[in-house]
Amino acid sequence: MLLELEDLEVRYGAIPALKGIGLEIAQGEIVTLLGANGAGKTTTLRSISGLHHPTRGRIVFDGTDIATMAPHDVMALGVSHSPEGRRIFGRMSVMENLEMGAYRRRGAIRKDLDRVFELFPVLGERKRQPGGTLSGGEQQMLAIGRALMSEPRLLLLDEPSMGLAPLIVREIFSIIRQIRETGTTILLVEQNATQALRLADRGYVLENGAIVMADEARRLLQDPRVREAYLGEAAAPST
Amino acid sequence: MCFTQNFWNLVVSGLADGFLYALIAIGYTLVYGVLQLINFAHSEVFMSGGFASYFILNAAIGTSQPHGIGSLAFLALGTVGGGLGGALVAFLLERVAYRPLRRRNAPRLAFLISAIGASYFIYNIAGKEFGRNALEIPSPFTNGPVFSIFGATVQTYYVVIAVSAVIMLVLVDRVVAMTRLGKGIRAVAQDAETASLMGVNIDRVISQTFIIGGILGGAAGFLFGLNAGVVYTMGFTPALKAFTAAVLGGIGNIRGAMIGGLLLGIVENLGVACTQASWRDVVAFGILVLVLLVRPTGILGEQLGRAA
Repeated sequence: MLLELEDLEVRYGAIPALKGIGLEIAQGEIVTLLGANGAGKTTTLRSISGLHHPTRGRIVFDGTDIATMAPHDVMALGVSHSPEGRRIFGRMSVMENLEMGAYRRRGAIRKDLDRVFELFPVLGERKRQPGGTLSGGEQQMLAIGRALMSEPRLLLLDEPSMGLAPLIVREIFSIIRQIRETGTTILLVEQNATQALRLADRGYVLENGAIVMADEARRLLQDPRVREAYLGEAAAPST
Repeated sequence: MCFTQNFWNLVVSGLADGFLYALIAIGYTLVYGVLQLINFAHSEVFMSGGFASYFILNAAIGTSQPHGIGSLAFLALGTVGGGLGGALVAFLLERVAYRPLRRRNAPRLAFLISAIGASYFIYNIAGKEFGRNALEIPSPFTNGPVFSIFGATVQTYYVVIAVSAVIMLVLVDRVVAMTRLGKGIRAVAQDAETASLMGVNIDRVISQTFIIGGILGGAAGFLFGLNAGVVYTMGFTPALKAFTAAVLGGIGNIRGAMIGGLLLGIVENLGVACTQASWRDVVAFGILVLVLLVRPTGILGEQLGRAA
């Protein structure tokens, strides 16, 4: 397993945000984490990145327990996090934002820049522009591109479709599919459950800080409970 | 007008003061950028730089009078020595007075109290160890007119300040705009958490930010001491004015600190021409009050993040 969470408990003060969850991701997989607002999805990603430290349990990345590591050390091991709300550096140029993604790397980043500009041609056109002047969709592309610049082994994507128009959402998802084809392992947090499950190999459903379902994505897509709770469908009539 | 007769002379002496304010103000603005903290102990960083240059020069040349190329070496050594002294004190200050508070998420007020405490501590140690009277740094040049511009005479001392300050200001501007370290500083200033996700070691960047500010502030301490000597009380007024300059230019903005410093130096000197020398500080701090009332974001506003 590339990443394993074991019995992970995270608290905000006295309030438990994650109540001992377990999760596994194999090399090359896309795994999605579904759940309502406040279920603990973002907390899970932030704990993996070292922004929160668990009160119990382990986070093992490629054989190393990273649960107590600082974010910059976790990233140096090959975990890249595209955070919720994009969080691009608005007063830095698009180019500088991408260079920030490669902050820990020494040597040439030309190849990776070319790859990002190939995935997101619009970023190439706007590379001198301050990141804050991009549209929401372009900022999301920049956030993903920036996260790719570190050549991650594991890419954490937090709500990449949030607040974007349907057409842009489709484009973002098609790009995530392309990223996966290059062998990058992805943990995807999404509100847009249908799209996420169509893209992912497997999925977990979080409710109130606990995992209530874990299965292959196509089976979750068919599961009546998932369909009702997260895909906005009425429960199948019982006969 | 009261200053028209002497206008260009006042501008020249104002620029000399202003360059020193600008050098010190960068330390305030950089630290504010990464920590949203006014490092009120920066005055003692400036003072420490003055003393460091004094002792280093004393050890290097004793009381002999340098001339020719030796004068340039003297100035270079003094600037570097002052910079190193300032950097060391700024580095220690962050480690001892601020980092422990950051570790436990202390409220803003605790930082301010810690800053004032550290400032008094350094100030009093210096007063006790180095005496209560100013120590003179032997002048490596005879101060006299070098050239005149618009009828204003430019003294050697002003040339020395302007040349050293411009070199340092351009350097720091380029470092922040172009280097990896500079990008790290700007990223932490804009969004520290996201910067850490990019692999930026926030603690290290904060340390380096204090060091850069300390180098400029310490070097300014030397340049100031060349003229006025070094004494434990030397930091208070120039640093408070540099803080004014940083606010005037827009705290958090590097070029703002430079512009604010130069502007304050000039206005202060013109103001003195209209009143008396004893009004100098009143003019300077009157500007601080005015800026805070009228435009608290300063001339350029907070923009440490921008490429310059």
